[in-house]
Amino acid sequence: MSTGILPAERLDALIGELWAAGYTVIGPVREGGALLYDEVRGSEDLPVGLVDRQEGGRYFLEPSGDGRFFGHTVAATPWKRFLDPPRRRLWRAERRNGQLHFLVETEEEVRFAFLGVRACDLHGIRIRSAVAEAGPEPDEALLDRRRSALMVAVQCTRAGGTCFCADLGTGPAVDLPADLVLTELLEDGPHRFLAESRTEAGAKILQRLSLGPAGEVDRAAAARAVAATRRTLAERSPRLEREGLRELLYRQLESPLWDEVAGRCLSCANCTLVCPTCFCSAVEDVTDLEGARLERWHRADSCFTAEFSQIHGGPVRASTRARYRQWLVHKLAYWSDQFGEPGCVGCGRCITWCPVGIDLTEVVRDLRRREAEESGERER
Amino acid sequence: MREVPRRYRVAARREEFPGTTTLDLQPVEPSPAADFAPGRFAMLGTFAGEVPISLAGVESYPTLRHTVRAVGGASAALAELGEGEELWLRGPFGRGWPVDDLVRGPVVIVAGGLGLAPLRPLLLALEARGVALSLFYGMRRPEEMLYRQEVVGWAARFPVHLSADRADPGWSGTVGVITRPLAQAPIPAEAGVALCGPEVMMRLAARLLVERGLDPGRIYLSMERNMHCATGHCGHCQWGPWFVCRDGPVFRYAEVAPWLDLREV
Repeated sequence: MSTGILPAERLDALIGELWAAGYTVIGPVREGGALLYDEVRGSEDLPVGLVDRQEGGRYFLEPSGDGRFFGHTVAATPWKRFLDPPRRRLWRAERRNGQLHFLVETEEEVRFAFLGVRACDLHGIRIRSAVAEAGPEPDEALLDRRRSALMVAVQCTRAGGTCFCADLGTGPAVDLPADLVLTELLEDGPHRFLAESRTEAGAKILQRLSLGPAGEVDRAAAARAVAATRRTLAERSPRLEREGLRELLYRQLESPLWDEVAGRCLSCANCTLVCPTCFCSAVEDVTDLEGARLERWHRADSCFTAEFSQIHGGPVRASTRARYRQWLVHKLAYWSDQFGEPGCVGCGRCITWCPVGIDLTEVVRDLRRREAEESGERER
Repeated sequence: MREVPRRYRVAARREEFPGTTTLDLQPVEPSPAADFAPGRFAMLGTFAGEVPISLAGVESYPTLRHTVRAVGGASAALAELGEGEELWLRGPFGRGWPVDDLVRGPVVIVAGGLGLAPLRPLLLALEARGVALSLFYGMRRPEEMLYRQEVVGWAARFPVHLSADRADPGWSGTVGVITRPLAQAPIPAEAGVALCGPEVMMRLAARLLVERGLDPGRIYLSMERNMHCATGHCGHCQWGPWFVCRDGPVFRYAEVAPWLDLREV
C-alpha cells in the first residue's frame, strides 16, 4: 500500500477526510483528569502536549513539554465502549389480551473511525471480535460495528507505566492490518506523521490528502522511536512470562496466594470495565408498572459481582478469592482453551485502574516463585 | 442475540407436588424445526423473568414438556402459568446426552431431585431402542417424586432404586442418599452412566462408579450454572475452561473430573 508524510498542521485535514467519508471519528480526549475515547471533531480536541503517567493504582496527566498529539499511551477506557456498547436494547415485548407481541430492535447504523488505536488495543479489538464470532449464534451486531469501522493506528513512541505488550506479542509495533498507521515524529525534521495505508479504505483516505513522499530519514526515525519503546518495555516491570503460563495457573488453582490477593482486592470490577477484552454481559428485562410492556436490555457485567454466578441456593463464587482467581485464570488460561490464545493484550489498564494497585503480572510471578521454592524444598 | 423469542402456550399443566409443575408447551405460531434432543435446555420466560429449563420430553413434536420448580420469581411465575396462558421460549441450547454412545448399553441412570427431568427423555429414548436400563432416583421426601405414575411403570419393566432423605414407614425404597444403593446394587462394568442432580451427588456417584470399575469416559453428567444469554456470549455460566450453556450442560466425567473437586470455580 502507500506511505507518505502528513505534516502535523495537516492532521485536521485527515480528521476532516474521515468525517467527510461518513465516519464518526473517535479519538483520545481529555475529560477531567484522564484521557478517554470520545468524539473528535478536529485536532484541537486531542490532548496536545499532555502525557499520561500510569502506575499501579495511580494515573495522572502532565505536560509533555512538546507539541505531540499522541505523546500519551492508552486512554482509561478501551474502545469496546463503542463496539460493544455497555447498554443497548435488544428487543421489546407487549402483552395484549393475554398474547405476547415482540418487536425487533433496529439499530442506527454508525460507522466509526478510531483515531489513535494502539497496537495492543488493535489486538484487544481482534480478540473481542473472536469471542463475538464464536459459537452457534455469533454476536452479529458487534461484528457489524467492527467490520464497518476504520482503524487509524498510532505507533507507541513512548512506553506507558504499566503496560507489557511486548511480552504478549501485541506491540509496541502495529502488526495488525489497521487501515492507516501513523508514527508521530519530532526528530530530524518538522513535527510530522509517517502515514502508511494497509488497506484499500486507508489508501483512499491518504490519496485524498495528497501527501508528500516519505524519505529514508523519516522511516529510520519512526523505526528508532518504536525500537526505543521496545527497549523501555524490556528494561522495566511489569513483565509477564508466557512460558507454561496456562499449566502454571492450572496447577496453582488452590494456592494460598489467592487468599492473600483477596485480602487486598475490593471486588470493585474496575479491572473488568477497563479491560479491552472482558466481554461479560447480562441480559436484563425491564417492565412497566402495568406489566404490559417489557424491554430486554443487554448491559456490561462483571465476574466480580455476587449475582454473576448466582444459581438457586446462592452464588457459585461467593468469595473474593474465587472471583479474583476466576478473572485472572480466565484471562491467562481458560481463554487459551476457549479461544486459542490468552485474553490479555498487556495494555496495563487493570493495573493502573485497580484502586489498590494489584498487578496481575506480580501475582503470576509470585505463583511461579512459590512453586519453584516448593519444588526446591522437596528436592532437598 | 437480537433474535426475539418464540411464543408458546401452555397446552397442559400438571402439578407434580406443591411448587413443582410439569408444563406441555405448544408453539403459538409455526416455528422452524429445531433439535430438542434429550439433555438440551431452553430459556423460558414471562414478564417476571427468564430461566433455563431442561427439556423433560417431546411428547409429540412440536409440543415440548418442561418441569419447573418455583425457586425464585421467574420460575414461580412459570410454575403458576395456567392452561392457555402464553410464555416465550428461546432455544434449544447446549449439548445433550450422547444417545449414540449410550445406546450401546447397558445404561445406569442416576437422578437426584429435579435432576430426573432432563434424564426422562434420555430414559424414554434408550428404552425405545431396547437398551437395558436401571434407574437410581433420590429425592428429599417421597411426596417429592416426579412423574410418579411413570416411575411405577418403569419399575415394572427394569430395576428402579428409589431413595428418600426422609420417609414415612410406608416407604418401600431406601432412606438416605442415593449413592448407598448405587454402591450395593449389581452394576455391569461395561455400563454407561447418565447423572443429573446436586453437584455433590454427581461427584460422589461418579467416583463410586469409577471405583466399581466403570469407564469414566462413559459416565456423563449434566451441570447447572447461571445460564443467562444461553449462547456463550455473556460469560455467566463459565465453569473452568467451559461455557456450560454451549459446551455442556452434559459433560463427560473423564474430561471434567478434576474440576468437580475444586470449590467455587
